Amino acid sequence: MKIAVCVSHVPDTATKVIIGSDGKSIDPSGVTYVVNPYDEFAIEEALKTKEQLGGEVVVISLGTDANKESIRKALAMGADSGVLLKDENQRDSFGVAKALAEEIKNQGAEIVFFGKQSVDYDNSITGQLTAELLGYNCVTVVVDLKIDGNKVIAEREIEGGREVVETSLPVVITAQKGLNEPRYASLKGIMAAKRKTIEEKEAAPAENYVEILRMKKPAPKQPGKILGSDASAVPELIRLLREEAKVI
Amino acid sequence: MDFNFTEEQILIRKTVREFAEQEIKPKAKELDEQEKFSPELTKRMGDLGLFGMTLPEKYGGQGMDTLSYIIAVEELARVDGSHAATLAAHNSLGIGPIYYYGTEEQKQKYLPKLCTGEHLWAFGLTEPNAGSDSRGTKTTAKLEGNEWVINGSKIFITNGSAEISLGCTVQTVTGKTEEGKKIFTTILVENGTPGFTAKVMHGKMMWRASNTSELYFDNCRVPKENILGEIGQGSKIMLSTLDNGRLSIAAMGLGLAQGAYEMALKYAKEREQFGRPISKFQIIAFKLADMAMKIELARNLLYKACWLKDQGELFAKEAAMAKLYCSEIAKEVADDAVQIHGGYGLMKEYDVERFYRDQRLLQIGEGTSEIQRLVISRYIGC
Ligand SMILES: Cc1cc2nc3c(=O)[nH]c(=O)nc-3n(C[C@H](O)[C@H](O)[C@H](O)COP(=O)(O)OP(=O)(O)OC[C@H]3O[C@@H](n4cnc5c(N)ncnc54)[C@H](O)[C@@H]3O)c2cc1C
Repeated sequence: MKIAVCVSHVPDTATKVIIGSDGKSIDPSGVTYVVNPYDEFAIEEALKTKEQLGGEVVVISLGTDANKESIRKALAMGADSGVLLKDENQRDSFGVAKALAEEIKNQGAEIVFFGKQSVDYDNSITGQLTAELLGYNCVTVVVDLKIDGNKVIAEREIEGGREVVETSLPVVITAQKGLNEPRYASLKGIMAAKRKTIEEKEAAPAENYVEILRMKKPAPKQPGKILGSDASAVPELIRLLREEAKVI
Repeated sequence: MDFNFTEEQILIRKTVREFAEQEIKPKAKELDEQEKFSPELTKRMGDLGLFGMTLPEKYGGQGMDTLSYIIAVEELARVDGSHAATLAAHNSLGIGPIYYYGTEEQKQKYLPKLCTGEHLWAFGLTEPNAGSDSRGTKTTAKLEGNEWVINGSKIFITNGSAEISLGCTVQTVTGKTEEGKKIFTTILVENGTPGFTAKVMHGKMMWRASNTSELYFDNCRVPKENILGEIGQGSKIMLSTLDNGRLSIAAMGLGLAQGAYEMALKYAKEREQFGRPISKFQIIAFKLADMAMKIELARNLLYKACWLKDQGELFAKEAAMAKLYCSEIAKEVADDAVQIHGGYGLMKEYDVERFYRDQRLLQIGEGTSEIQRLVISRYIGC
């Protein structure tokens, strides 16, 4: 059984993002990149699935040479091989999905893991688009997964609760926080990853349907308010939460 | 000249940083306050592969270069000095001499166990009356038949008396030369050997979650084969072990300075006085600029020393310089970091308070700053 996991290489959420001089992209200087946090759950689930069902895990990432760092991390965690789909250009989610779907087909993977969203552009759609292009079943925002033969039972997070769904292979799963506890890349794993190969290919071409016109900084956060330090502050707090913040 | 890190080195830094922040940071304050060594966290460090990092795989190591190991110590020290100490002492002082000077049999017997994080090995050099002057060593070992009989005591020995301490390498005097000079010999002694007592030392100002011990040898008998290296090789083993150890103490200084600096920078941007963040006052901003510069210099010096070692070049002078410089800037940076925190920096609630205490050992352990200057001055021909 081939298991694929797609990872994106994104700015660390702790770095301060600066908008580039063109006004529609991120200035990459001084930004540190990491494996997309949701993809870490995807990698862990792929490895657990392999440990349970056998087979091998291939990591696929679309982007530039810099993405190899994230692929290498997945290899150090225990994935078997990596593929870098090279493309220097900006793609929309459909373009990304097209390239990934092509490679997943190439690999013959029947179980495919994604993070539920990538924390750079936050479109939350690449997994679904890829599934559609491949004609695979798809379950999103998954917090629990069981695969038994051809049968797939997944729990997914929905507003205010959980939904349990059943589907069958081949399937695309998008991972939510809580699905598992990602392992560390052990030092042994890091050394072993040195001997694993990352295959480099040109990404399948795609045209963009979505164009980024410009990027804007969010409005600065309003400063916090301290209403008091004992119980007498509670009524006012409740009033403000209700009337101003409108959260209760 | 190539300042790039390898892919592995980048990954090691990330992994160890993540581990230190997620596993060690939440417990560091409490362990420090209770003065408690944690076998659990030590095991976790072992599971990650931090023990025996530079050893070949056949002994249970990871086959990594010196710089990778130093990066790992630095990243632990960025979060907590005690745990960096457990790691650095075990690798550089515990595992090091056995790997470099042990017989194949000794290596097979001890190294795989010592790479797991389930056991620790110590290096017993310092004595109550022999600190900087290790020639003052009084602990003796006499060969009687097929056994060494050891008598004497050691003090301040890291990792010597934890629940998981397996043994230590002891510096002894085994006789005198014709000119009356002491003959030094190192011997391996396992914990639990009759006549050997290891006692935990309490009341430390710093490294409170690291195990520090007094060792007593009272007619302690070990097999003749327990000698490490040869009779009379003790000084050489000690000196080369300390050369390596200096790199890891330097890494502890560098990491501690980095951690203190990051805390100070963050605090200075958040703390407002006179209507603006204190980082906007030039005197605070320039303090932070100086801290950043010192850390950069320290890092370059230490990494160069590691590079020399990895190239198989002589590195002892640079190791002494790195130990001296990194530990001294750790003191300056931690001091300024407390200053930037104002009164809060003096409270245990803030980690910077612990960093301020932890840095103080670094100018004393494994050769005081005075002794490092002595070593460097000899290398430059004074
Ligand atoms: C927490 C901790 C852990 C330690 N771990 C270990 C360990 O694992 N193994 C081990 O063997 N030891 C260990 N040590 C011991 C440590 O290496 C010694 O404390 C150190 O070498 C200094 O020796 P001393 O304390 O006896 O000081 P002394 O040698 O008595 O020095 C006192 C002062 O005199 C100065 N001085 C001494 N000689 C000279 C000179 N010739 N010229 C100028 N100034 C001089 C020193 O610089 C210092 O300022 C540890 C110590 C501590 C505190």
